[in-house]
Amino acid sequence: MDDVLTIAGKAYSSRLLVGTGKYKDFSETREAVVASGAQIVTVAIRRTNIGQDPKAPSLLDALPPSEFTYLPNTAGCYSADDAVRTLRLARELLDDHRLVKLEVLGDPHTLFPNMPETLKAAEVLVKEGFEVMVYCSDDPIQAKMLEDIGCVAVMPLASLIGSGMGVLNPWNVQLVRDAVKVPVLLDAGVGTASDAAIAMELGCDGVLMNTAIALARDPVRMAGAMKKGVEAGREAYLAGRMPRKFYTASPSSPTTGLIGS
Amino acid sequence: MSAQAHSSVSLSLFINGESRNLARPLTVAGLLDQMGLAGKRLAVERNGEIVPKGVHGATELADGDRLEIVVAVGGG
Repeated sequence: MDDVLTIAGKAYSSRLLVGTGKYKDFSETREAVVASGAQIVTVAIRRTNIGQDPKAPSLLDALPPSEFTYLPNTAGCYSADDAVRTLRLARELLDDHRLVKLEVLGDPHTLFPNMPETLKAAEVLVKEGFEVMVYCSDDPIQAKMLEDIGCVAVMPLASLIGSGMGVLNPWNVQLVRDAVKVPVLLDAGVGTASDAAIAMELGCDGVLMNTAIALARDPVRMAGAMKKGVEAGREAYLAGRMPRKFYTASPSSPTTGLIGS
Repeated sequence: MSAQAHSSVSLSLFINGESRNLARPLTVAGLLDQMGLAGKRLAVERNGEIVPKGVHGATELADGDRLEIVVAVGGG
């Protein structure tokens, strides 16, 4: 049986989700996304610049929604109300598209989630028929609250958005994993391929990242590395790691039949 | 009243936070056309409510309307 990631009833073969920000241009964005193997890509919703060249290429030309599942986000929103309005606009923009990434930020310094506002927005969005994937703190209690509201995936941060600091609290990530039945996607903080592998080894169902790829020296190559990291971590998780033995070695070679014995 | 006479030809709108004076009557579709945005993949919110694509042509703008016109851009 294929090992697929199922979100809101739809199956995905890739467990790596990628953002589309911070790239040099749309051609690099596309190359990196393709190299990552990601099927779900996040996009932001922003005001059109008045006076902007209407013929300028758009992200939707580089990454056609027919090829990728779009995940419009609420990055930059600091209140439930702004996040809900942004996603209503996204739904209209993407022809009644319902799968969304909710994030309500607490402050611009840490970009930590404001959980009370996040919970409030999630309730409204779920009632309106959105399929809500939600950026959240690595807190099993609030992750469960989000699941109970009806969110289709919870996405705790590994470390601060864009920090590249990796998985700082693996124990909490596992607590979140154990607390909910919906997919847990590690979101934010991944720096390199081993971080992605660690997230998957902890039992996460997927990883979402942007900066770790976009700001690598060679983003396209890093996108390929992340794909392998996620796959390796997933395989290791499914294979089941050996138990840790503290303070005692165990030889790998036979202990009998040595010469001179 | 002169204020009324003025507002009968001119429409004061806030588009993406910027104040603009445009000639009336004007629909959402007409406005997008004037901005060179006709046919683009975008979404419009008017005074906090979505204006669905299907009714852009039938939605007449009123003085003081606050509009948000958005597109999808790269983001994480």
